[in-house]
Amino acid sequence: MIRLENVTKNFPGGVQALKDVTVEIEDGDFVVIVGMSGAGKSTMLRCINRLVEPTSGLIYIDGVDITKVRGNDLRKVRAKIGMIFQTFNLVKRSSVLKNVLSGRLGRTPTWRALLGLFPESDIELAIECLDKVEIRDKALVRADQLSGGQQQRVSIARALCQEPDIILADEPVASLDPPTSHVVMRDLKRINRELGITTLVNLHFIDLATEYADRIIGLREGELVFDGPASEVDEKTFAEIYGRPIREDDLRGGVVEDSSTDELAGSGAYSD
Amino acid sequence: MSDLQAQIIGKLRGGIYKRGFLLALIVVFYVLLITNLEYVPTRLSAMSIIKSAFPPDWSYAGSVFKGMMESINMAVVGTVMAAVLAIPFGFLAAFTVTGKKGSQLTKTLLNADRSFPELLLAIIFVRAVGLGPFAGVLALGLHSIGTLGKLYSEVVEAIDPNPVEGVRATGANSVATTWFAVLPQVLPEFVSYALYRFEINVRAATVLGFVGAGGIGKPLILNISYRNWDKVAMIMIVIVVAVTLIDAISGWLRSKLV
Amino acid sequence: MLTVTSRSTLAEMKAQQNKGLLARHPWHFALLVFALVYGWSFMKLEVDPIMFLKGFPQMGGLLRRMWPPDWAYIPAMIGPLAETAQMALLGTTFGGILAVPTVLMAARNVNSNRGIYLAARTVMNFIRTMPDILLAALFVPVLGVGPLAGAAALTLFSFGIICKLSSESIEAIDPGPLEAMDAVGSGKLSQIAFAVVPQILPQFTAHVLYVLEINVRVAGILGMVGAGGIGMWLNTSMALFQYRKAAAIILMFFVSVMLIDYASRKLRERLI
Repeated sequence: MIRLENVTKNFPGGVQALKDVTVEIEDGDFVVIVGMSGAGKSTMLRCINRLVEPTSGLIYIDGVDITKVRGNDLRKVRAKIGMIFQTFNLVKRSSVLKNVLSGRLGRTPTWRALLGLFPESDIELAIECLDKVEIRDKALVRADQLSGGQQQRVSIARALCQEPDIILADEPVASLDPPTSHVVMRDLKRINRELGITTLVNLHFIDLATEYADRIIGLREGELVFDGPASEVDEKTFAEIYGRPIREDDLRGGVVEDSSTDELAGSGAYSD
Repeated sequence: MSDLQAQIIGKLRGGIYKRGFLLALIVVFYVLLITNLEYVPTRLSAMSIIKSAFPPDWSYAGSVFKGMMESINMAVVGTVMAAVLAIPFGFLAAFTVTGKKGSQLTKTLLNADRSFPELLLAIIFVRAVGLGPFAGVLALGLHSIGTLGKLYSEVVEAIDPNPVEGVRATGANSVATTWFAVLPQVLPEFVSYALYRFEINVRAATVLGFVGAGGIGKPLILNISYRNWDKVAMIMIVIVVAVTLIDAISGWLRSKLV
Repeated sequence: MLTVTSRSTLAEMKAQQNKGLLARHPWHFALLVFALVYGWSFMKLEVDPIMFLKGFPQMGGLLRRMWPPDWAYIPAMIGPLAETAQMALLGTTFGGILAVPTVLMAARNVNSNRGIYLAARTVMNFIRTMPDILLAALFVPVLGVGPLAGAAALTLFSFGIICKLSSESIEAIDPGPLEAMDAVGSGKLSQIAFAVVPQILPQFTAHVLYVLEINVRVAGILGMVGAGGIGMWLNTSMALFQYRKAAAIILMFFVSVMLIDYASRKLRERLI
């Protein structure tokens, strides 16, 4: 369970990215965080794994206050939280497999990591994770040879390889085209259902939010302005969260039918 | 464990063994290299040298200054000479100007010039014009033509052909085209490289004195052979300070250029 | 007849007039300074072009006495030549090895500790001020006459150059993968191994090969101050007025430079 209590983040220069945010997220939830750019979504996500340090407030993960944790303990906390980035953040020159294996670095002794001597169980796990996102045939390909959608799936595999309790996804589909966006969101949802991993996703596409979220959290200018089940949300609610009427570029568009997507994904036939 | 998993693990393990073996070979090779380094041991220890080097001989600073100035002067004149003389070579060595064969020929020539160590050139020039900074200037200048020529040629090869076309289209001849379209693109980079070469030449100039070509090299090598470590320390301090200052100024100038 | 555009240009020009003399003609000012510096240096050196012309026949005389090279001397040169190559190889290798941790410590995007960063930068800049032959001249009294001093001098010399070149590469890397490794909970060393090294490896290798080329040329000369290799023999033969032997040595030197250049170019092609 994740709990944020009165979390505030001030950046130098006077920007208040988060203002007194309090929210509780249950294990296994699939939560989508929405809001305009700059509303504080990214900051909130990064506070949870402390890539950003909250200025004040407490954050509990499974009852432990992680704002005070340092050094090795911080690394242990991060090892259990997988993160997916908008820019994928893969090591371009390394193979897909090596990228996925790097998810184990939170638990691998340094000497093994430096020599590249991951235990066999790690390698098996990495290949299984590649299987889960249906990209195992690209295991030994260099990461920059893949399309955007494939790269994002590799980064999901990397997160899975951590065997995480929580997955944080920061605008995972902003760099992808509509059909691929849906594939990635579907993968995240499926992983959440099958493995019970608590998943928080930042999106600024409201149609994707309503389609995939169980629960929606709305941020505006650093403040929590909405928290409720996705079924209760309509266009008016979004307009309130955004503080302005909804525009066309707030929508992703491009719904793809389930079965045909499976086929296409497996053969890599469409370009992302 | 699936087939794919076994296959991948096998490939990875094999790769590691191969790399490990290669590494072992290289390590053995290097151990042989190191243990075969002959040397004639001296009766001095590093500690005793360092101890007698401090405190440095501050009274010597005045003459060190003069010597350093001379080295710097040598570097200035030598670099300027090379910077100017290298310009035609830079163009000749660019394949956009002289085509593949011509540029290859010039590049080989420049390469030979680059490979000729400044110290050797200095020795030859000392024979020709006598001891003193003039020989040093010539040595630095001649050697730098090689490096600058090569760097210049890369700049020329990389220019934007559009302005050249534009000026040509107005009916200008080659000289005018070069002046108006090529030179403005190329000069800032030329000067930047020349400044970079200057930084290196200042360092080289301090050493040319070893063979009598002027500058601070002569007092330096003399003091080393007389084991006047405090004077040596003084010279070193002046050199390090001067070079650092010149690097800083030159670096600032270069950032303003490009 | 003055259109709107030419009116605003006029305004711009008026503004230009009001700037200081220096700001208006930066190029002319720079040229003036340059001419002053050059003129002063020139005068200080008491350069005498006449002497240069007079000196030509002397130079010619020297070159004549060097021809033809003493071919019979060449086999005796193979040993010293190998010694020269030995020095260059060792110097480049160990310079590179020392450079790796230093340059990582001197990169602000990798090392967050300010003290270590400053220390690394200072060491780098200090060593870079000293030319190769100077280092050799300093090492000979300490390590004795012979290639040991030469190898040590080249190590420091290579270290300086590799550091300078590589620090620029490191500052230009994509920070994304580094952030991802941080999020995974990886230790600093593993982060560097997985996110930094793959990005700079090709450039680092190119730098090392470049330094190797420089070292081979330089190593031939270090012997003139007693640091081993072919230079010592050059010294002796010149001192004994055995110019034809000297010519043979210089020739061998050029041959070895060309060989190593060729090998280095082939190596570079295979790696990239």
